Amino acid sequence: MGMVPRSVSAWCYAALLAVLALAPFLFEWMEQPFYLDLLSRGLILAIAVISLNLILGYGGMVSLGHAAYIGIGAYCVGIPAYYDLYNGWLHLALALGVSGLFALVTGAVSLRTKGVYFIMITMAFSQMVYFIFLSLEEYGADDGLVIYARSEFPEWMSMDGATSLYYWIFILMLLSLFLINRLVHARFGRVIVGSKFNEPRMQALGFDTYRYRLACYVISAMLCSLAGMLLGNFAGFISPDMISWARSGELIFMVIIGGVASIFGPLIGTLAFVVLEEGLSAITVYWHLIFGIMLVALVLFGKGGIHGWLSMLDRKRVEHD
Amino acid sequence: MTEHLLQVSSLNKHFGGIYATDDVNLAVEQGKIHAIIGPNGAGKTTLLAQLSGQIKPDSGDIEFGGKSIIHYSMARRAREGLARSFQITSVVMPMTLLQNVMLAVQGTGGHSFRFWAPVSDDREMRDAAMASLAEVGLDDRADRVAANVSHGEQRQLEVAMALAMKPRMLLLDEPMAGMGKEEGAMMVEILNRLRGDKTILLVEHDMDAVFSLADKLSVLVDGHIIATDTVEAIRNNLEVQRAYLGDSHA
Ligand SMILES: Nc1ncnc2c1ncn2[C@@H]1O[C@H](COP(=O)(O)OP(=O)(O)OP(=O)(O)O)[C@@H](O)[C@H]1O
Ligand SMILES: [Mg+2]
Repeated sequence: MGMVPRSVSAWCYAALLAVLALAPFLFEWMEQPFYLDLLSRGLILAIAVISLNLILGYGGMVSLGHAAYIGIGAYCVGIPAYYDLYNGWLHLALALGVSGLFALVTGAVSLRTKGVYFIMITMAFSQMVYFIFLSLEEYGADDGLVIYARSEFPEWMSMDGATSLYYWIFILMLLSLFLINRLVHARFGRVIVGSKFNEPRMQALGFDTYRYRLACYVISAMLCSLAGMLLGNFAGFISPDMISWARSGELIFMVIIGGVASIFGPLIGTLAFVVLEEGLSAITVYWHLIFGIMLVALVLFGKGGIHGWLSMLDRKRVEHD
Repeated sequence: MTEHLLQVSSLNKHFGGIYATDDVNLAVEQGKIHAIIGPNGAGKTTLLAQLSGQIKPDSGDIEFGGKSIIHYSMARRAREGLARSFQITSVVMPMTLLQNVMLAVQGTGGHSFRFWAPVSDDREMRDAAMASLAEVGLDDRADRVAANVSHGEQRQLEVAMALAMKPRMLLLDEPMAGMGKEEGAMMVEILNRLRGDKTILLVEHDMDAVFSLADKLSVLVDGHIIATDTVEAIRNNLEVQRAYLGDSHA
């Protein structure tokens, strides 16, 4: 694996990562601390979207319930914090454990279905989580719960302070990208991608596709719960709203904007979404409408999303060489 | 006593009122090419689909290598060494020919819960896949995307994938369907080379190919096997001529 980018898109991604790595200093110099907030939120969402892309983009499993795992991750910080349990390892273990278990059980059921039924059933399960959290009077029900302090980790990896938390988020996001990159190019990933396009053929080749897809679903959910754990810490607040199916729909849009089944697509898709949302809402109160139209246009005409456009540049350059 | 690798007994399958498989008994000898012929809609594909585990029979038993595989899933049967190629090309279209065949190799190599090492670095798997591609004469097009090669080449890819599974038995559903004369001749040659080495159940419409390849022939009409015999005997079988060859060869 070479360390020097070999194409236009690779250069863009390398530059983007460099900017993200230096963002706290950049924004401090620009005296715009709010931007760091925005970017932190964006990168947290990016982790969720990267995880969704694994099942949706690579695996062809269109889940309309992925926000549930953000919620589970966040509540795994909020509920222990309510009892003054701030140990970060505990939060991390809970988030990964609960989301993994929940994904195993609900995935085992959902993956028996295909297409629209899969979409509906994943949405139903996430609504179930939504209503469970809504009914938890002890933890604020629909008012939510304030988290008074961040998860506690050893000094050198503390989350306290905007910059420290930002690097937590940035590094976990990088690790997610790396993990997905390894996964999809390994044997496991080949089975997942093959099953997306031709599941019966994969079975005829000897693969128990159901098991691989279920494992993929669980991995994706656990990764997404990390986003939730970070979001709980970042917002200092949790509520059932995090889980609404509209949230899950937004995650799907971010995947599509960036470009499905690409490593960096989810990251740029999410950043584009967050920036657009912020920019448009500052300009006009009708931003939802404009945003909607843009999304529809993108889905209809923008095959491959932003990653697709960048790749077209790569191909043009190859032709010129 | 001859050794039967595949033994089908009293197999039945109906779709509504259609008896697609009607009390089929079939025994395929180790190392032989056994062909099944029959008119369109006779139930040839349905039979192969039941053997490969894609369709569940209503009743009957299938023994492979001496044990019943009737309750095995499609994937398990493939891992037991029963490989199928499809009448309607069924490959992973967006992948390259090499990637497709590598998937077939991968399927034979234990579980795929391997999350870290890139497949593209796996020399052994790559070499095995290239060898199968070479067997069907596709090695010079290994990096072409499956969706972009000709129909005939996709048919060859089907067979290469089945071969790459290193199966004990091949179930081939009209491997020559839609092929040109030259490609068809090449496929006959490929299958001829496998003679003795692999046990093959061959469904094929091309009579010349069948007569030159098969050690044994079964004639399937309306889901029922009306005759099983040597090629010579079947050729001379009047009943068969009336039921099947009548329209084209009489
Ligand atoms: N899933 C199904 N549902 C209902 N009927 C079916 C189904 N599959 C096959 N059939 C019917 O069963 C009969 C046998 O079909 P099959 O495809 O096995 O024939 P075949 O011998 O392979 O024909 P061909 O030479 O055209 O490939 C046909 O009448 C077909 O219409
Ligand atoms: Mg058929």
